[in-house]
Amino acid sequence: MIMAALSLGLLFLFPMWKIYLKAPQYPEGLEMHIWVNKISGSSESVLQNFNILNHYIGMEPIHAESFAELRIMPYIVIFFMITGVIVALVGIRKLILAWALLLMVGGAVGITDFYLWLVRFGTHLNPNAPIKIPGMTYIPPLLGSKELLNFDALSLPSTGSLGILLAVVFSGLAFYVSRKKKISQKVTA
Amino acid sequence: METLINKFRKMAPKAALLMAVTAGAALQSCNKMGGEGAATAEGLDTDAASKVYVAPGKHDELYSFLSGGFNGQVSVYGIPSGRLLKIIPVFSQFPENGYGYNEETKAMLNTSHGFIPWDDLHHPKLSRTDGMADGRWLFVNGNNTPRVARVDLKTFETVEIMEIPNSAGNHCSPYPTNNNEYVIAGTRFSVPLDMEGKTADVSMNEYKDKFKGSISFVKVDKETGDMELDFQVLVPGFDYDLANGGKGPSTDWVFFTTYNTERSNTLKELGASQNDKDYLAAINWKLAAKYAAEGKAHEMPANYYHNKMDHGTFQAKSTIKKKVRYLLPEECPGMMYLIPAPKSPHGIDVDPTGEYMVVNGKLASSLPVFSFSKMQQAIKDKAFDGEVSGIPVFKYDAVLQGEVKEPGLGPLHTEFDGKGNAYSTMFVSSEVVKWSLKDLQVKDRIPVYYSPGHLMIPGGDTEKPYGKYLVVMNKITKDRFLPTGPELMHSAQLIDISGDKMKMLLDFPTVAEPHYAQGIKADLVAANSAKFYKLDENKHPQAVKNEKDVNVTRKGNVVTVKMTAIRSHLTPDNIEGVQVGDTVYFHVTNLEQDWDVPHGFAVMGANNAETLIMPGATQTLKWVPKQEGVFPFYCTDFCSALHQEMQGYVRVSPKGSKVPVKFSTGEPKPVPPATASVN
Repeated sequence: MIMAALSLGLLFLFPMWKIYLKAPQYPEGLEMHIWVNKISGSSESVLQNFNILNHYIGMEPIHAESFAELRIMPYIVIFFMITGVIVALVGIRKLILAWALLLMVGGAVGITDFYLWLVRFGTHLNPNAPIKIPGMTYIPPLLGSKELLNFDALSLPSTGSLGILLAVVFSGLAFYVSRKKKISQKVTA
Repeated sequence: METLINKFRKMAPKAALLMAVTAGAALQSCNKMGGEGAATAEGLDTDAASKVYVAPGKHDELYSFLSGGFNGQVSVYGIPSGRLLKIIPVFSQFPENGYGYNEETKAMLNTSHGFIPWDDLHHPKLSRTDGMADGRWLFVNGNNTPRVARVDLKTFETVEIMEIPNSAGNHCSPYPTNNNEYVIAGTRFSVPLDMEGKTADVSMNEYKDKFKGSISFVKVDKETGDMELDFQVLVPGFDYDLANGGKGPSTDWVFFTTYNTERSNTLKELGASQNDKDYLAAINWKLAAKYAAEGKAHEMPANYYHNKMDHGTFQAKSTIKKKVRYLLPEECPGMMYLIPAPKSPHGIDVDPTGEYMVVNGKLASSLPVFSFSKMQQAIKDKAFDGEVSGIPVFKYDAVLQGEVKEPGLGPLHTEFDGKGNAYSTMFVSSEVVKWSLKDLQVKDRIPVYYSPGHLMIPGGDTEKPYGKYLVVMNKITKDRFLPTGPELMHSAQLIDISGDKMKMLLDFPTVAEPHYAQGIKADLVAANSAKFYKLDENKHPQAVKNEKDVNVTRKGNVVTVKMTAIRSHLTPDNIEGVQVGDTVYFHVTNLEQDWDVPHGFAVMGANNAETLIMPGATQTLKWVPKQEGVFPFYCTDFCSALHQEMQGYVRVSPKGSKVPVKFSTGEPKPVPPATASVN
């Protein structure tokens, strides 16, 4: 169970999600990395370069400051890590299950929130944009690839998200193992 | 020697006849082909096309840096494709990017004679570590108004130009020692020095008494590459032509060819061709540096400029140096010697082992090879044949290893393949000749088109040549390419030297007149090539890093515009309050932080070039409006899909007008501007 709590720490070491953009004049590709607490990219100025490209279609500029989530999420992760350790020490089996379920809900909320942002950016376009294509929206894919004008956008979870997955797996394992223990305790009793 | 000269005299008419016959044959074959193209190269590799073919998207194996001669620039070509990769302006203004026109770079071209927008750039030399080109810097010379420049190979930009005092025709320059301890620059024209920083007002008839040469020792900072003139050696009033540093055992020495040892002051084509032998000068630079450090140096007033580009502020600054130290050979025993060498030699080339010094006597019929170990022995044995101005002259035979007999006509320059072979250009007989350093026998010859000057084997002047290719730079082009009127590009040819026989691979046109070149494996340079400047590190005093901070201010009749450029707008793009006769400075910061997104800036009616601003940099264009009206400005480098929209206007009112200074971009906001947000 401690492993489960600790694996969430990966979220601070690696990005959760990566969006890859590829276009003819960007042979090296552009990568946006979404972390639990920040937005970065394959190069230092990737956000600026994303924004320059996006402003032609009237997309709102992306700034890390505009996402309250980036400020809140680290606390949520720390909350899960601390409670995870507590659950491990207390050793009440039901709490493990509750913790794991709560984490899964948290993850699902996170992904939904992420998707809503994508929709917002992709559809909330400036009506005076220089490039307007009737009916066209620019919602980047949540998972997988999609063609947006001259760009191939690919969106994939990254190592950070593995932390959540591992946390869920480890806590599940802890739940399972402790069940066995209970059985063996019962038998010996 | 008499006999040799006689032989040459006899040979010369025959050679001329031979040339005429060959030319005739070439013309005839030309006619047969319906006048299309010139003589196909003899020795053409049957698989030449695939050997020089660099498929789309692939990179060349080597960089080559060819001097531009009278354009004052360096051209960078990929080898083996012969594709032009870049032109680097050094001593010449370059309207293409504003070098020498914008306020930041003007100071690079300052000299003690004022601002000079041009020079004659002859010899590129790569900086060295342990005798090998290290790909950090390229040193080049300015011949006409003596200067040495340094190009930084991270940015391919000229970052330093230093004037050389007491010199005229800085031809014998710039030769780096094996760890860049010094870059050495010798004067081609000797001049009467007034010993106060100028040339003296004397009659040319006083040449023999009053004219002196100088050889400058420029120190190079190991970390930054910054140059500093440490000292000069004042030498007899000959012409100093070319130089080459020793290697291995001869690493402490540098050798110079001289001509006009007759010290003729007029009609030098005859006057300087009377002596049967001129000299190869040898200087022990380590000993010279020691003498200079130990107080043997004198000091005299001087007046020379040292211009440096600051990478942080993007601004060049000139400092004026007022003193120079010098050594006199007669006071410094063991520092300098003279070796008799056949008539008016051009190239001096030291082989990779450092043992052999090859002298290319352009009017001689044989190619002498001198031995460094014999020279050391001759110093011990005092095998001298008199002296000139206190400098001992060796006995020819005491230092001679041997002569390459009948190598061809008009040998100019030699380089080495590292496999025991030397390759020499023959200007008059228009060929490259391969010969062996072991037995001094000619092994192969290949005609080149036409009249080669220098040749270059990548690393062919270092301890370990890359003996696969040879680039020969020809002085005469004539029918090699489609005709382009009277003025033609020069022609270079690429030759495969990996086998026993030289194989011709490629002709390619070169910009202006390459005199010499350097070649280096691509990875030594490409890996360090900068992609853009970091906006964070931009320390230009007028830089604006955020569109919110742009402004236009007036102080007297100077209007300062601090503006920004980013795809696809200039901020501000509407400016008012400028008056006729104002001096307007547009300080443009390129906010982009992406590779290959320069923005250009130009204003209608500016008596100036555009300025091209690299991402993260700030450049300044000066404009003095001469009439009232509205003047458009725009981005000159197609930067984006909305490049054509990247434009603005300045309103110019009459002098003393009440129109206030005002500036804006985009009101009401039509497009969410992509503001810069580094970090």
